[in-house]
Amino acid sequence: MATTTKTDDREGAADAQFDDAVDEELEANVGWRYTVTQVRRDPTALGGLAIISVAMIVAVIAFVDGTLFEYLAQYAVFANLGIEQYAIAKAVWVSPLAETGSPILRPPMGITNELYPNEPGTFAHPLGTDHRGRDVLVRLFYGTRIAMTVGVVSTGIALLVGMLVGSVAGYYGGLLDDALMRGVETLYAIPFLVLVIVFMVAFGRNLIFAMIGVGIANIPTFARLIRSRVLSVREEEYVEAARAAGVRDRNIIMRHVIPNSFAPVLVQATLQIGVSILIVAGLSFLGYGAQPPTPSWGQMLSNSRDYMLPNPWFSIWPGLAILVTVVGFNLLGDGLRDALDPRINN
Amino acid sequence: MSTEEPLLKVENLKTQFFTEEGTVRAVDGVSFEVNEGELVGIVGESGAGKSVAAQSIMRLVEEPGRIVDGTVTFKGRKLVDIQETATGELAPSDEMLTQREMRQDIRGKEIAIIFQDPMESLNPVFKVGSQIREFIELNREVSKDEAREIAVDMLREVGIPEPEVRYNEYPHQFSGGMRQRVLIAMALACEPSLIIADEPTTALDVTVEGQILDLVDDLQEKYDTSFVWVTHDMGVVAEICDRVNVMYLGEVIEQAEVDDLFYDTKHPYTEALLRSIPRPDRTVEALNPITGVMPEAINPPSGCRFHTRCPEARQMCREGDPAYNDVSEQGAEPHHVSCFKFEDVGYEDSEPLETEATTAFAGGLAEMRAGGDGGNNDD
Repeated sequence: MATTTKTDDREGAADAQFDDAVDEELEANVGWRYTVTQVRRDPTALGGLAIISVAMIVAVIAFVDGTLFEYLAQYAVFANLGIEQYAIAKAVWVSPLAETGSPILRPPMGITNELYPNEPGTFAHPLGTDHRGRDVLVRLFYGTRIAMTVGVVSTGIALLVGMLVGSVAGYYGGLLDDALMRGVETLYAIPFLVLVIVFMVAFGRNLIFAMIGVGIANIPTFARLIRSRVLSVREEEYVEAARAAGVRDRNIIMRHVIPNSFAPVLVQATLQIGVSILIVAGLSFLGYGAQPPTPSWGQMLSNSRDYMLPNPWFSIWPGLAILVTVVGFNLLGDGLRDALDPRINN
Repeated sequence: MSTEEPLLKVENLKTQFFTEEGTVRAVDGVSFEVNEGELVGIVGESGAGKSVAAQSIMRLVEEPGRIVDGTVTFKGRKLVDIQETATGELAPSDEMLTQREMRQDIRGKEIAIIFQDPMESLNPVFKVGSQIREFIELNREVSKDEAREIAVDMLREVGIPEPEVRYNEYPHQFSGGMRQRVLIAMALACEPSLIIADEPTTALDVTVEGQILDLVDDLQEKYDTSFVWVTHDMGVVAEICDRVNVMYLGEVIEQAEVDDLFYDTKHPYTEALLRSIPRPDRTVEALNPITGVMPEAINPPSGCRFHTRCPEARQMCREGDPAYNDVSEQGAEPHHVSCFKFEDVGYEDSEPLETEATTAFAGGLAEMRAGGDGGNNDD
């Protein structure tokens, strides 16, 4: 053994040199760290990331303030601690005029200033107030919560179910594949909005079913995408090696097939979040999304229809919010695609 | 050695692929044995069915491929035991292990496979160490920490410098030779009794190949693991194998101890194979490649399958199927071959057949024929 150790060491040194050369070439295929560096180098993707981060932070604050505190405030213990709903909104935006006895409309409509409805934008209400005196900025702020939740949750549903269906169909092939994919295609054949609206009419007209409905309607996109990847990944030798080592199918799919098929799905998911936000805003516009008094961007747009000419800011600001957020997701999605596709970057 | 039951016994194994163009008889009645601690080679050209035979043993053949006949016995358990019934249906016997038993008891635990391409056989998204650990945890009853320790020890054992550091690196940070070492470590870590190596050194350059062969030789002695070494390289066979099976078009046509095969070659195909590689023990003017290409397994030639390319083919080779017989002398190690030359059936009296190979020796004629045959001339 002594002699072989010597040669091994020598080979080790030679290998290390060789590795460096190989590294650069192969790095493209590898890892989160590489992806992150690529995204960091890409200003548009960074811009998208910044927009999404801001929106996410706003959404989280709005969630804590609007939902978590509402829940906690029901308990005397927390109420005594001074926890109350819309603490942030009140602290920042409420004009003292609003509190002179006028009834504040039940949150989460947003804080109202009934004395000054239809304001185009003042120091107290930077983005103006709407026809009922509600602060547009506050409503946008709390609307972010819904936009982000809807985008992430519906895409999450589509991603999880689609990935399960697509990977099982692609991995096993044969009859199971045919059955699953024909089912998915049936879903795909139904017009998107019709599917979602019928779903909501059947189950209930609220935000939760809107998210589930949009999620279901998006399953085919993900199922087909991941299946096409799985078809090639399952032929890889490491999958066969895993089978030969006695790994059960479930673990092969989870550990070997899905992680290696995930890159295009991640890109698609990022883009899809933006699209879903847009769709749910559209649903809200049609009256099938968040129901009043919960503020959502789509519903704000919908309410502003009658005031578009005299008070255009009613619709400009929520429209802009939707635009910016969706563009943010698209920029990040494009950046991710560039980073994950070794053919595009040199 | 021959008295005790062999570790692995393959009898009349047939694997076919049912494609739209027809049935591909990839493995057509292969029989061989592997004894404990033995390194058995399977050699043959590309497409001879070596890899499919290896996969069939593990029952890893995928649709549209199917094992249609044969028995594979491993330590007294039937990995494959399929007979074709009179109605043409495939009837696995009750003794044959189920897929679940195969997965839990055999794959990885008792029989491991090392694949051809070390670049492709490791999952690129996980660290090398965690992949070895996954296999160890699966096939041996050890805790996470113990599995980690075993994995690091195995990496050291196969000659990877700084195994603790390399344990936490990704496959792309390893060179080809190092990755093949990782795969060997992976296979050995589960302490199987048999390792099937499917052309493991084909993708490596010769210096690294030599190192890997040395390593396998050492480890084989140390762990007393049996090997089935699938390769197309006679040099590799000479280097490490104890016994060799030569495959041609889905059939084993010669089987002998490695020295017998090289110095007492029987089958014309084996002879042709040996003539086509440089040998340190012979001096020749020029190498003699085998003429022609291997016929499709979808529609194999009648009679002896090699007769289309055989320089010694006779009329009867086209008509009858030569038997696979032991032709060794009394008391010597068995030497099986399937060729009429070694049967007492009148080979000498049969009319010589004109084939690509025989005409090639006549010279000139080969060139004339090459135009019609897709250019198989070799001058």
